[in-house]
Amino acid sequence: MTLNEQQDEIIEEFSVFDDWMDKYNYLIDLSKDLPDIDPKYKTQKYLIEGCQSKVWLFAEMDNDKIKYYADSDAIITKGIAALLVRVLSGQKPENIMNNELYFLDKIGLQQNLSPTRSNGLLAMVKQMKLYAIAYNASR
Amino acid sequence: MSLDIKKIRNDFPILNQQVYKKPLVYFDNGATTQKPQVVIDEEAKIYSQENSNIHRGVHYLSEQLTQRYEDARKVVSEFINSAHDYEVVFTSGTTESINAVAFSFGEKYINEGDEIIISSLEHHANIVPWQMVCDREKAVLKVIPINDKGELLLDEYQKLLSPKTKIVAVNHVSNALGTVNDVKRMIDIAHQKDIPVLIDGAQSIQHSKIDVQELDCDFYVFSGHKIYAPNGIGVLYGKEKWLNDMPPFMTGGEMIKKVTFEKTTFNELPFKFEAGTPNYVAAIGLATAIKYVQKLGLENIAAYEKDLLEYATKKLNTIDGLRIIGTAENKISVISFVLENIHHYDAGMIIDKMGVAVRTGHHCAEPLMDFLNIDGTLRASFSFYNTKEEIDKLYDAILTVKQMFS
Repeated sequence: MTLNEQQDEIIEEFSVFDDWMDKYNYLIDLSKDLPDIDPKYKTQKYLIEGCQSKVWLFAEMDNDKIKYYADSDAIITKGIAALLVRVLSGQKPENIMNNELYFLDKIGLQQNLSPTRSNGLLAMVKQMKLYAIAYNASR
Repeated sequence: MSLDIKKIRNDFPILNQQVYKKPLVYFDNGATTQKPQVVIDEEAKIYSQENSNIHRGVHYLSEQLTQRYEDARKVVSEFINSAHDYEVVFTSGTTESINAVAFSFGEKYINEGDEIIISSLEHHANIVPWQMVCDREKAVLKVIPINDKGELLLDEYQKLLSPKTKIVAVNHVSNALGTVNDVKRMIDIAHQKDIPVLIDGAQSIQHSKIDVQELDCDFYVFSGHKIYAPNGIGVLYGKEKWLNDMPPFMTGGEMIKKVTFEKTTFNELPFKFEAGTPNYVAAIGLATAIKYVQKLGLENIAAYEKDLLEYATKKLNTIDGLRIIGTAENKISVISFVLENIHHYDAGMIIDKMGVAVRTGHHCAEPLMDFLNIDGTLRASFSFYNTKEEIDKLYDAILTVKQMFS
């Protein structure tokens, strides 16, 4: 699936929820589905510190694609991290660099990426893109 | 006299609104308070009819507004009962006030090996400026520890005081836990050794009557926006002897007596510490807010807020897995709490969606959170415009959180 197909699929999934409670319950479910990050990556080195919640992010190259692994100490943050991993993981670096992330806005969760939230997610997206730039340059 | 809360709520237009289609419950008063219509009107009136730079013009508007600015200083002076009007310096807020004292006092009196005492309960604004002084002057920062309830250990405080101690800087009320510190006693103890004391009043000025002469504090600082006044105005009260002796922390226009390229002589108090154009609009707004609070009566406010605190403490304590952080004997209307196995950020997100505004996180008091061995808390801070019905809504919201994350 392309990056945008992933985004569109998520938008489709969220379109059935008409109230915020269902949406957040779904995020809680998603957080449980996110594969556990290897404990050796849950260290200071991979920590993206937000003021409110913490995010751990690790990436590796798998052939020509990047695989991301993420975790958070807050469940809602983890649920959104799961969505970001779903969209970006398994994509080629150039796709990650060049595609716009529009799905969070479309599903009404863009506020979670606002700098004022300080939950680590905005920094996580930046870090995901930096991994892509670094891998792209090293090829 | 009891307060007419319904009438009071009508004085605060912002309270009458819905967020996420739910009536707004504003419990983030520790971060900032809302403004009564009289304060909002005052600012609008100044900008639409009276604005002019102060102390500079000979013209009508300037003269009128200069007078109002100085009248505002008198209102603040009477409110905190300072011995002289000129001991009240207008700043941008508590943070600037503390930085000003740390810089000026540090320059003049603090040298290598000297000691500065703060407490474990401090906000970053009363930690970092002193750390900077310590770095600059090679001085040492000493920290008063607390007990499990979040109360300062005064015996330990006494032990920390030494011939090297140059100043004690503590908050009157902890922003994160609501603990009211016995600053009167702490000041007496320090003064026995001729050590001056700065009181961070950011969380006390709006909750109880402050009398700086009775406290005998050397400095008392607070922010306007936490006492129903506009943003961008604060107060640095300092005893005349200190303010006269300390060098200015900021220089520029209005704070000088005479400037030549060889030498500058500084203006007298309080102007020596008010370089540049002050926020005279907000200063006048602060005076209006103080008069509003005085009309309600600080005793009435304190009694009503105590009632809210007791009600909320009792109600929240019935929730399984909820632990109140900060259980001092003497507290203002702040409840910090954690929920077992639920991250404060998750809880805060859901509580927000229920229309209730609380603060989550470390409350700019990271060392305190480290000491308590927690990442952060949820904090509900009440004001006189809040009600028990609103506390019930917070209670319901917490139950929803528990249900969602169980």
